Amino acid sequence: MTETAHILDARGLNCPLPILRTKKAIAALASGEILEVIATDPGSVKDLDSFCSQTGHEMVSSEEADNGFVFLIRKA
Amino acid sequence: MNSTVPVIDMPTKDLDAWFNQRFDEKMAEREAAHTPSMTIIATKGTLDMAYPPFILASTAAALGWDVSIFFTFYGLSLLKKQLDLKVSPLGNPAMPMKLPEGPSWIRGKELPVPTSVMTLVPGFENMATSMMQKTMDKKGIARIEELRELCAEAEVKLVACQMTVDLFDHDQGDFIPEIHEWVGAASFLPRALKADVNLFV
Repeated sequence: MTETAHILDARGLNCPLPILRTKKAIAALASGEILEVIATDPGSVKDLDSFCSQTGHEMVSSEEADNGFVFLIRKA
Repeated sequence: MNSTVPVIDMPTKDLDAWFNQRFDEKMAEREAAHTPSMTIIATKGTLDMAYPPFILASTAAALGWDVSIFFTFYGLSLLKKQLDLKVSPLGNPAMPMKLPEGPSWIRGKELPVPTSVMTLVPGFENMATSMMQKTMDKKGIARIEELRELCAEAEVKLVACQMTVDLFDHDQGDFIPEIHEWVGAASFLPRALKADVNLFV
């Protein structure tokens, strides 16, 4: 079961802001909690993948929705 | 203290295999424990060239890297309290001169401005700068002030070149207090030596 109480709206922001905001938002979470990130920057798809593999957080899902790219990231 | 070497009764082939496996494990352990680091040398003081060091540094810091930027020559102006960064298409032929406003077919068009006009029209640089700034704002690109703040917050070490201050008679009071230290090349190079990534911008 995934609960996503934490949402980061990074729409309209461009590289590297979505990553920086994600890092900040995720720092406030407890380990195991999930952050939902919504972004419109197409570069954020690969960048957030890379962010997760570098920092050890888990990319639970990454998909394109009507309102932008939606990512679910579980804090390590 | 027992310094006797244990007698290993193992064929060389097995011993090699055992050693290789242990070695790989140890190396993987070491790699996992290693914090990547990066040093950047920022030498340019224009609006366009202010971006690469701050974008790369803040992103690397977000990835958990240890980052230092050494600001030298014109790059030092990126650390001033009052930023007044400009960009000029002069001597910068790849810079697109495009209108920030209007329908997309206009925004996509390059304005044909001959170099002679750029040099002759007073305030041309200011106009080019404000066009660039407007375009950046509309595209959601962070302001340099914001990126710089994010860098300082993420503990990117902002290192200022002492020689440049002396050379251009700058006043240290004109620079932001977040500056980590004022040093010369001899202090920065040992740090660069240990870094995994070194960039010159």
